Amino acid sequence: MKKEPFLKMSRREKISWQKRLMIRIAALLLSLLVCAGVIFLLVRMNPFDVYKAIWDGALGSERRIWITIRDTMILLCIAIGLAPAFKMRFWNIGAEGQILVGGACAAAAMIYAGDKMPPVLLLVVMFVCSALGGMVWGMIPAVFKAYWNTNETLFTLMLNYVAMQIVTFCIVFWENPKGSNTVGIINQSTQAGWLPELFGQKYGWNVLIVLVFTVVMFIYLKYSKHGYEISVVGESENTARYAGIRVRKVIIRTMAISGAICGIAGFVIVSGASHTISTATADGRGFTAIIVAWLSKFNTFIMLAVSFGIVFMQQGAVQIATQYGLNENASDVILGIILFFLIGAEFFINYKVERAKK
Amino acid sequence: MGENYALELKQITKRFGSVLANDHVDLTLKKSEILAILGENGSGKTTLMNMIYGIYYPDEGHILVDGKEVSIRSPKDSHHLGIGMVHQHFKLVDVLTAAENIILGLPGKTMLNMKKVTAEIQALVNKYGFDIDLSQKIYEMSVSQKQTVEIVKMLYRGARILILDEPTAVLTPQEADRLFDILRNMRDDGCSIIIITHKLQEVLALSDRVAILRKGRYIDTVETAKANVQSLSEMMVGAKVDLDIDRPEPVSPQKRLEIKGLTCRDKEGIKTLDDVDLVVNSGEILGIAGISGSGQKELLEAVAGLQAAESGTILFTDADGNQKDLAKMDSVEIQELGVSLAFVPEDRIGMGLVGDMDMTDNMMLRSYHNGKGGLLDRRGPRQLATTIKDQLEIMTPSISSPVRQMSGGNVQKVLVGREIAQNPKILMVAYPTRGIDINSSHTIYKLLNEQKKHGVAVICVIEDLDVLLALCDRIAVLCGGKISGVVNGRSATKEGIGLLMTKHEKGGEQ
Amino acid sequence: MSVLIIFIQKAIVQGICILYGALGEIMTEKSGNLNLGIPGIMYMGGISGLMGAFFYEKDNPNPNALVGVLISLLCAFTVAALGGLIYSVLTITLRVNQNVTGLALTIFGTGFGNFFGGSISKLAGGVGQISVKVTGSAYTAKIPGLSKIPVLGDLLFSYGFMTYLCIIVAVLLSVFLFKTRYGLNLRAIGENPGTADAAGINVTKYKYLSTCIGAGLAGLGGLYFVMEYSGGTWTDNGFGDRGWLAVALVIFALWKPLNAIWGAFLFGALYILYLYIPGLGRSMQEVFKALPYVVTIIVLVFTSFRKKKEHQPPAGLGLPYFREER
Repeated sequence: MKKEPFLKMSRREKISWQKRLMIRIAALLLSLLVCAGVIFLLVRMNPFDVYKAIWDGALGSERRIWITIRDTMILLCIAIGLAPAFKMRFWNIGAEGQILVGGACAAAAMIYAGDKMPPVLLLVVMFVCSALGGMVWGMIPAVFKAYWNTNETLFTLMLNYVAMQIVTFCIVFWENPKGSNTVGIINQSTQAGWLPELFGQKYGWNVLIVLVFTVVMFIYLKYSKHGYEISVVGESENTARYAGIRVRKVIIRTMAISGAICGIAGFVIVSGASHTISTATADGRGFTAIIVAWLSKFNTFIMLAVSFGIVFMQQGAVQIATQYGLNENASDVILGIILFFLIGAEFFINYKVERAKK
Repeated sequence: MGENYALELKQITKRFGSVLANDHVDLTLKKSEILAILGENGSGKTTLMNMIYGIYYPDEGHILVDGKEVSIRSPKDSHHLGIGMVHQHFKLVDVLTAAENIILGLPGKTMLNMKKVTAEIQALVNKYGFDIDLSQKIYEMSVSQKQTVEIVKMLYRGARILILDEPTAVLTPQEADRLFDILRNMRDDGCSIIIITHKLQEVLALSDRVAILRKGRYIDTVETAKANVQSLSEMMVGAKVDLDIDRPEPVSPQKRLEIKGLTCRDKEGIKTLDDVDLVVNSGEILGIAGISGSGQKELLEAVAGLQAAESGTILFTDADGNQKDLAKMDSVEIQELGVSLAFVPEDRIGMGLVGDMDMTDNMMLRSYHNGKGGLLDRRGPRQLATTIKDQLEIMTPSISSPVRQMSGGNVQKVLVGREIAQNPKILMVAYPTRGIDINSSHTIYKLLNEQKKHGVAVICVIEDLDVLLALCDRIAVLCGGKISGVVNGRSATKEGIGLLMTKHEKGGEQ
Repeated sequence: MSVLIIFIQKAIVQGICILYGALGEIMTEKSGNLNLGIPGIMYMGGISGLMGAFFYEKDNPNPNALVGVLISLLCAFTVAALGGLIYSVLTITLRVNQNVTGLALTIFGTGFGNFFGGSISKLAGGVGQISVKVTGSAYTAKIPGLSKIPVLGDLLFSYGFMTYLCIIVAVLLSVFLFKTRYGLNLRAIGENPGTADAAGINVTKYKYLSTCIGAGLAGLGGLYFVMEYSGGTWTDNGFGDRGWLAVALVIFALWKPLNAIWGAFLFGALYILYLYIPGLGRSMQEVFKALPYVVTIIVLVFTSFRKKKEHQPPAGLGLPYFREER
């Protein structure tokens, strides 16, 4: 005779935030344990030294702290852009492309209008152009989804690579020096179109822009009529029609916003960090941000924490790599392991597992 | 042991969260018999059957097949035991053919010889006189053809115990009669059949014995020959509940809505409403009767602007006699026009409410866009939620817990409460008391009557003819998208309405 | 003429990489799992196969080509399948969102490939350039005799064995999906897992198996790239975006393995077309490289216009399935 089911799973009706946090922390600790094991196997190093190296790498000096902050802000900005789309259950896998298009627009403005405008106006133009670029890139799949229900996951995914080729196309015209196949630092001498220092900090503007988005998006999703419409459409299109919501309009509008913010993330990268454009401008952050947005369940402040955690680990892993002569790709392996544990933990947040009673 | 039972259930209990779906249920099924399981919506019939079929696993209790205790953990186990089930929602894969669906999941040679398999199934089809094309894709089939595929599927799997969950809900009377003939054939062939239903006439016409469930509890099993409509319905609803629904006389009814020649088509281009003419008056309750899927849903949705009309007019007359045609408008335009139209849809969570939102947020579903600015004003909705919770005695921990966690009756109160709070001129409700306990049902009837007294034109779709006859002033009967007749609620009989429900021609006021 | 032959040869070589990935993804998606981890899995397969062969040759003074081939095939398939297993545990057992899991797997897998690819020589004790001469030559060996036939030989018989293996796998997969019971069951799961479950099919088992085997197949695409295309060497990120092209090819092929064969060759041709069009500026070359993705988008859009049931993605694609929930 067959055995009866051994474990019983049931959906939790409610979970306190403390318990939620506990599960997440447990998952994080578990993942660090596994990572330590992996690292030990590879380099036979004391894991505690390794973790100290991670800490040093992320927060060991003022410069490192600022790099960690800079990268946290960029990741956060992308995740904020994705939040409204995901709340609408629109799988925008296309952040990567939206960032590239936004970044390319910002770079174009920098290159072509760098010496024709006052610096402040130039920055405004760049900001607007990158937002528009990302917006267009986000709206294309949205229009097809709204009118013909074209699968948005696959559509946005494909657009990433079209965007990548557009950037390489542009690089041919913008390359500097000629033949290098890279754009190099744009406006190195004039620094036109570079985000200036704020409060004496190089990345001050990046932080300010993204934090403003964090607050505004939080309010937009939770307290605005648009945000309400997004949640209704995400829950059920039938309900939305019943409520008198124009579903197509909401889908297109939301993706316009989502794409625009991802485009602005491209602006922040180009104008506020790298001062150049390449196919590596997005550097997979469009994908990582999807995981950030999903783990944070549309709460932009939790996104801040999650983004910081991920960038912290990445910076730390880069440090380990250099310190122990490992390949720098070790950071992706470690990040991958941590992500597996964090997303796996969602199950224990949503479900109770009990021994089956007899 | 004495009796020769094909299936025995002993003390079966199943809980979903805090809801007790089956409470120590006992049941026996003899060999070669048709057993009807009778019970109202929500009495736990389907849950019980799903446990026999391995979809759910019982929390407590024993299942015996042919006198031996068994553990049924999956439908596969139940197949091995010769148990087959035809669900209310067909379990068929749309893009596969009938034959492919029938052999799905069966053991056998790895390589499929569809020709040979089809021939085998065809033999079975011919034996019982089914009418299907085995090479047709499911998505090209009618509802009754799909049901046939389901039954053939179970027979082909060698089912000796066949469970049918409300098989006639989607069938025309002729199709139902054909089904009954086939079921009798199968019984005479040695099969044991369980049919789940809440239609008393069918129980009496078809079954050998009847088992009655009520609110998850087993009540009794009786010989059909010794039962009648009265005794069965008493057992089904329990201690005789006087329906005792109020029906005040309409006060100065005025024409509020006049539908003329309304025709709608679904996505596949099939007519769902066919040249419908109907008048709805203020201060009265108009009931809509019909077999499920006769166009009830489409009619209400067309009026609400959620269903595009292919042709016809829906003339709305306001208190001053001004007329507006709603047929060419969608719900947003109707709202902008100031026509206050309340609609309680059949699908409560999934259309009428957002399950993950709390009461407050659900209160503003249809009014959130009122007020200036881009931000939501939650003060009004919060107040409304509190008021409705108190007035309608809604059981929920707080107005900020998700409505998904409430029971069916409370969900419906939230929905009806919100719609009525709009002070509508027209109130449409679909299946307002389906799956709802008797007390909540009465609260809802009372609310509908209050609206009627306020001069609202009330339209309600209700399955239960007794309720329709007790509540409504007039009753329109739909059949195949046509109005086959409109009768007076005070003088009409169940038989009369039953006849109209199967009359496929256009009829007028009687 | 000879340019054309070379173009076709190159297109086929490019296509085979993508085809392995696409076949694996078709197998996976037919069970309703949208595994966006395929690009990462292909990296995992590629590096594992290379490492297997590398360590075998390093420790053996007289390595046998056949043993090297078998070891590398086994390593690539197994490690890639393990990647599929991670995905399966997370999405099937732990019910986590498929897109999120897949993307995490791609991050992990790409890092895994580049990490080991970059440190393989260091791990082996600083031997410098990695080379798997013997095994690599077995992968690139052409069919003797037949490949000497002019034109026909060049077009049909001048590839390594993995090219032919891939076509065979495609045909077998097609037979499996459309002519066997297991294939029928699998397709039913991807369309409607509830129904398949009710029909007595073990949905979990099928999903696990198809995802892991599919991942293993995709891993062979990575191995093909490393062994036959690159001749047994590793370049960081050399594999590029071919993993995503494989995902695109699945859509282009409308989830049918046989379509995927010619689709792969077409994609391969589009991928390198810019090299063969005379007078093409560098900028236009880049535009041409986007062609496979643009074509896929057009196919995706076109099928959503037509709404023909047979050409849609599996209806249950990307959706989780839990029996006890109503």
